[in-house]
Amino acid sequence: MTLVVANDELKAMGEAIIADAMGSAVGFRVEYGELSIVAQPNRIVELLTILRDNAAYRFIQLTMISGADYPDRARRFDVVYQLLSFAKNRRLRVKLQTDEDTPVPSVVSVHPAADWYEREAFDMYGIFFEGHPDLRRILTDYGFHGHPLRKDFPMTGYVEVRWDEALKRVVYEPVKLPQEFRAFDFLSPWEGARAALPGQGYEYVLPGDEKAFDKAEQAMSARAAASLTEPQTSMSAVTLTSVDQKSGTDPAPSHAPPPPAKKG
Amino acid sequence: MADDAFTAQNPSMQTEVAPAPEALNQRGMTITPIDDFGVPETKVRKFNINFGPQHPAAHGVLRLVLELDGEVVERVDPHIGLLHRGTEKLMEARTYLQSIPYFDRLDYVAPMNQEHAFVLAIEQMLGIVPTERGQIIRVMFCEIGRILSHILNVTTQAMDVGALTPPLWGFEEREKLMVFYERATGARLHANYFRPGGVHQDLTPALIEDIGAWCDSFMPVMKDIDGLVTGNRIFKQRNVDIGVVSKEEAYARGFSGVMVRGSGVAWDLRKSQPYDGYETYDFDIPVGNNGDCYDRYLVRMEEMRQSVRIMKQCVERLRVTPGPVLTEDGKVAPPRRADMKRSMESLIHHFKLYTEGFHVPAGEVYTCVEAPKGEFGVYLVADGTNKPYRCHIRAPGFAHLQAMDWMNRGHLLADVAAILGSIDIVFGEVDR
Repeated sequence: MTLVVANDELKAMGEAIIADAMGSAVGFRVEYGELSIVAQPNRIVELLTILRDNAAYRFIQLTMISGADYPDRARRFDVVYQLLSFAKNRRLRVKLQTDEDTPVPSVVSVHPAADWYEREAFDMYGIFFEGHPDLRRILTDYGFHGHPLRKDFPMTGYVEVRWDEALKRVVYEPVKLPQEFRAFDFLSPWEGARAALPGQGYEYVLPGDEKAFDKAEQAMSARAAASLTEPQTSMSAVTLTSVDQKSGTDPAPSHAPPPPAKKG
Repeated sequence: MADDAFTAQNPSMQTEVAPAPEALNQRGMTITPIDDFGVPETKVRKFNINFGPQHPAAHGVLRLVLELDGEVVERVDPHIGLLHRGTEKLMEARTYLQSIPYFDRLDYVAPMNQEHAFVLAIEQMLGIVPTERGQIIRVMFCEIGRILSHILNVTTQAMDVGALTPPLWGFEEREKLMVFYERATGARLHANYFRPGGVHQDLTPALIEDIGAWCDSFMPVMKDIDGLVTGNRIFKQRNVDIGVVSKEEAYARGFSGVMVRGSGVAWDLRKSQPYDGYETYDFDIPVGNNGDCYDRYLVRMEEMRQSVRIMKQCVERLRVTPGPVLTEDGKVAPPRRADMKRSMESLIHHFKLYTEGFHVPAGEVYTCVEAPKGEFGVYLVADGTNKPYRCHIRAPGFAHLQAMDWMNRGHLLADVAAILGSIDIVFGEVDR
């Protein structure tokens, strides 16, 4: 662990940022001793400017920008800004959601360091940044097609290159795998069955467990009806990534501590 | 910066029109009409040249497209990605243990420092604490990595500006350090040594003594290199006041490590956000005054001496600290070979760890270490399975290289090599 800060302090900081952000930040989360803020996608420039200039935070350095892809979500991409405050010795993560068509305002005007990181996110995920001075591909080959870090892009890619002795140049050919690509998910059906308990969310039902499944479903719908306002925080580990957050902004910021580590 | 923004700053480029045939002399220069003072004005066409990707001073596979006005650099467009291997994508299809070797291949002159950031991320999510002896070994090998990297950088920077002897002297010491790597891990470069919870194997007592002896023998070598380079007239002419970075610019452009310390910022993650017990070691942080290439060189030289200081303390501690080097948690670390011969549970743990691997609880962390080149960070997103869902590698060189354009404007062509040498680029980590 590189920087140990008490969760209470992080929570206080998150609340203070929400108050100071004038609506450009909509929620926060404290997880593994780190604070992440959920930003309003179209107001990210405003938020980072406040975080940079407000004397209480002074997040003057943008450490990195990263994309992340969650294809099951309505707005599939996360854009993650990692900030560093030298004066306060704190780190902060700012996240927002977007999709293939919605451009995110570029933050190059606030942090010049954002330039190449936004180009990288564009190259790897196809996230568009509005107002970026020079949004070109950066890491992939000249003339490359596709966005390789998307989850629907195969790990092997589509083309392979070799030197052709006859043509005296490098040729591109469709990728040929001499052996089928093997990917095991290693998700134990026994651990999956544990997720089919009431209130835990469920993936599938083992044969013979249909009655228990029906009961669990009834119990869950009863619970959902009883507490509509309660945010669902304790999903199973498997389904956590596929939570559909349609609004793109976390409507109910979770103040809950992270779910306990599940070990198989 | 964009082309249009650039041309807006340089009106001469916008007004450049194709010259009439009679206005061209034999050398391709445009002779404009005599100005008000009767002096003929010669307009020289701007040059675009490629610096790399095979240039020896490009430190690997960097292609810089330079736009020159005579010998003055007007714009630098680094084309990177020639060494892009898709590390982040590959890791998404491999277990956590299988991902560790990829970190050796990022900054391949200081491999273990990269592994360190990744295992710290896994440890933070799993909530395991490395053993004390494991932490000491990690710190020692991270400092060895720092010296490996700084020797390479300092001496090749001297080579970039014309010296030939420093690399020959420095690489001899690197060779000895890589032998220590080999004796500890079996590999000279791609160590794959750090594990969540400690390191893979214990060191032999002889190796610890040899490292201690090397620490003493390295100081005279440092003195030699120091005497050869630091006061050298040509080296100073090429580096002093070149590539000056102010504090504010260093913050804004995402600089870290030597690049901020050279500009006078006392910032080192080993002190400010310590990990693996760095706060218990006695060492100093050198800080530059002017933020130029020469100060960055001096900071690196002093950091090597401080690293030797830390290594000596590590050797002292390793002599008196017994114990396992890897956590005893059978769900994360493999059992000892001898246990596997007798214990069924150990055998199962071993089998599960090397086929399925361990599952990391869902969530996301960002951990960073003070790598030789700056802040090396790992943004790790786990989804509860045995593979990383997303792992973004924050390489210090990436942020430094994107400032090449800004740092080089107005400098001479020869300074490009000096500046590139002083920002310490290794393409394994920039391209990933």
